[in-house]
Amino acid sequence: MTSPDPADPLEDAVLAAQLFVLAPATFKGLTLRGHSPAREALVAALAEAMPLRRLPGHVDDERLLGGIDLAASLSAGQPVRQTGLIEEARGGALVAGMAERMDAGIAGRLAQALDEGGTALVLLDDAAEDGEAPPASLTERLAFACDLTRSRRWQGVTLAPPAGALATVAPLGDDALRALAAAAEALEVDALRALILAGEAARGLAALEGRAAAGKDDLAGAVRLVLAPRATRLPPQEAAAPPPDGPPPDGPPPEGSSDDQSDSDQQQQPEPDLSEILVAAAKAAIPAGLLEQLAAGKAPRRAQGNGTGQKRKAATRGKPLGARPGMPRGGHKLALIDSLRAAVPWQAVRRREQGGDAGSPIIMRKEDLRIRRFEARSQRVTIFAVDASGSAAAARLAEAKGAVELMLGQAYVTRSQVALVAFRGTSAELLLPPTRSLTRARRTLAELPGGGGTPLALGLGAAREVAEAVIAKGLSAALVILTDGRANIAADGWPGRPQAARDAEAAAKAIAARQIDALVVDISARPGPEGAALAQALGGRFLALPRADARMLKQAIDAVQPLGKAA
Amino acid sequence: MARFPFSAIVGQDEMKQALLIAAVDPAIGGVMVFGDRGTGKSTAARALASLLPPIMAADGCPYGASKEDQARYPEVCGRGKLVKRPVPFVDMPLGATEDRVIGSLDLERALRSGEKAFEPGLLAKAHRGFLYIDEINLLEDHLVDLLLDVAASGENVVEREGLSVRHPAKFVLIGSGNPEEGELRPQLLDRFGLSVEVRTPKDIETRIAIMKLVAENEADPEGFAARWAGADETILGRVAKGKARLPKLTPGEDVLRDAAELCLAVGADGLRGELTLMRAARALAALEGAKKVGRKHLVAIAPLALRHRLRRDVLDETGSTVRITRAIAELFG
Repeated sequence: MTSPDPADPLEDAVLAAQLFVLAPATFKGLTLRGHSPAREALVAALAEAMPLRRLPGHVDDERLLGGIDLAASLSAGQPVRQTGLIEEARGGALVAGMAERMDAGIAGRLAQALDEGGTALVLLDDAAEDGEAPPASLTERLAFACDLTRSRRWQGVTLAPPAGALATVAPLGDDALRALAAAAEALEVDALRALILAGEAARGLAALEGRAAAGKDDLAGAVRLVLAPRATRLPPQEAAAPPPDGPPPDGPPPEGSSDDQSDSDQQQQPEPDLSEILVAAAKAAIPAGLLEQLAAGKAPRRAQGNGTGQKRKAATRGKPLGARPGMPRGGHKLALIDSLRAAVPWQAVRRREQGGDAGSPIIMRKEDLRIRRFEARSQRVTIFAVDASGSAAAARLAEAKGAVELMLGQAYVTRSQVALVAFRGTSAELLLPPTRSLTRARRTLAELPGGGGTPLALGLGAAREVAEAVIAKGLSAALVILTDGRANIAADGWPGRPQAARDAEAAAKAIAARQIDALVVDISARPGPEGAALAQALGGRFLALPRADARMLKQAIDAVQPLGKAA
Repeated sequence: MARFPFSAIVGQDEMKQALLIAAVDPAIGGVMVFGDRGTGKSTAARALASLLPPIMAADGCPYGASKEDQARYPEVCGRGKLVKRPVPFVDMPLGATEDRVIGSLDLERALRSGEKAFEPGLLAKAHRGFLYIDEINLLEDHLVDLLLDVAASGENVVEREGLSVRHPAKFVLIGSGNPEEGELRPQLLDRFGLSVEVRTPKDIETRIAIMKLVAENEADPEGFAARWAGADETILGRVAKGKARLPKLTPGEDVLRDAAELCLAVGADGLRGELTLMRAARALAALEGAKKVGRKHLVAIAPLALRHRLRRDVLDETGSTVRITRAIAELFG
């Protein structure tokens, strides 16, 4: 779908940066993905155009918002105020490196500052794993997102000083607005904010070119820069709109259509044509990774909607929660700075009481001591590996789904999490990354199809990977495997019972080696020895449930208590 | 930055109605807004605050104390003369620390004069106004507990860092969040009087209308505000009249029975549902300028007042709203 020789992603990124420099207050900033020389060059060019301030990931509230400078106050003996980074960066932009690891609290502050105006942000996203993404509350507010991972260029990146201004460009006409809205619909970009930003981007592009009104190319550019990175689905294959004589989807890519005659006849453009051109432009510009995901039928809702959720998990990894008064014993650590901070205000009084002079050391008392707190709950993530193959499925799959929903209902109360891996045919996939959201889980479950072979080894492997990721985050994991144990697809995806059984056993032993709690629930109508053998290989428990409904299943799982430990 | 005029917000009628009802009767206990990002939740909440009639508060008092507050909390609220000030609207960020929320030792004064003084926090600022928390479902648990406690008691009690302060903190809690990113604890959910679900408008004409309005506002915020001032004024008048009318409205026996029957039929837990339903119906009647509270008010407000209180049946796919409308149809025809 992309043009055979795609332009370097840096070109669009430079264009986005130009727009940002033109109207920082309107566009709020950009997300630059991928650690590459191109990105460094672009940030350097941005720094020429506007003042940039680095925002370190460990920034605290005082530094961000301003407040009392403790060290300076101590040495001066009187309060010394410091301005916050947000204040200091006014008129320029804050640059946040490793934005995918940004703390939700900081993101919240920044989002608020963005809403209030005067603050702009450049997020550098170095996410390597699937689940990682900068906080959605921020990316959604920033107009542009550019992926520079595959950029091969870095030389000659310059930003021309902004020519013209947004205000000189006329507001978009109805046709243009309608075309943008149609493009957003085709890409299933729901957020109105994105649409509004796209409209402003079109005007901005016109301003850069010195035009008084946004033309076709400007709109196409806006769709490419603002809407395409937010796409959650591929545009429908021209079935949605009756195409009379419009260009087919493989028509001119946006870069090619920038012939000069277009801006003279933009007003006479027949309207369906315009929307189609925009959709085609968007299609050509959807980032490659996203395209694959979309083509696989997986809306990247996760990547978008999950940003903050993921950060929340990061918070459980031992993120400090701030200090509390208390004694540093019983495993609690002293929070030195906070203790000092608590003691400092009293020094004048205490010195007077004790007759010390200004040179005497800080007088600490017991009530000054602060201890550090971490998100202490070691949360449990229950990973369901559901056999959705033809042999196991049919009747039992519905019950398995019901049981997972019941477990989830419980998780909702105890605030633990649930993940779901399904395996059928020749593959296993993580349908539901660890979540607490009933809404998402229910939707995912409802969409789970059944049928096909039993790639037990693949299913176990996928479940183990999820469990390992969970453990790596400092949470504890438990596996519940719902299967009939009759593996017939080997780890390499080829059918064949003996190999499949061997692979499954190996996968089970790998789980046992990691000492992950496991429970095998045999959901076949006539339980055979396979289920029990699997449980043994896993070093886990076994439960045969030939004739149970969802509720019984859940009771049984509760009774065996692979989940009760953490509660 | 000038706030977007309330009356210029296109669509989102349910949310606007809920906010106005909470403005008429703050005792209803807050509004929870569920919805996707970028649907104008924050815009509507912020617009509401600038719309409300100003309050009379003690001059220079950090708590915005009313006359009654001055009588009840003489030590913190002082005797300052009452002056007009706008209704406070506090935007609480996700990462707010406990100190900032409840208030803490005033470091500056402590350092300068060794004086032990209390620096009021966000709760004090929000007194008699609104406390808005975006992404409330991601808020840390201990902060949520603290907010619930204060919201329920209407006063903030601080016992820490050698301070002992008690000050009034009555506010309307407005929370918003996307349920796909994490659920809200049922205990917290129950504290909200009304809940609304906001969807992105899918209709292209509506979306175009919104884009146009936003563009107009961007181009000329002052002119835009001036153009909508009249419409905002009308709404303000309705709220003020509703507030004045509220004490005169008492729901009749029949309305109370209807409320009880409805709550029973949908299986809403606890008495809070009934009480909120009754209060909300009354506030709606007051807002509409009705002579008495009728069944139509009750029916109109029931989904907002009850949908977040139904016990969740994970196996039941039917949404709460559907269950309520079904029960209404069965009970009242």
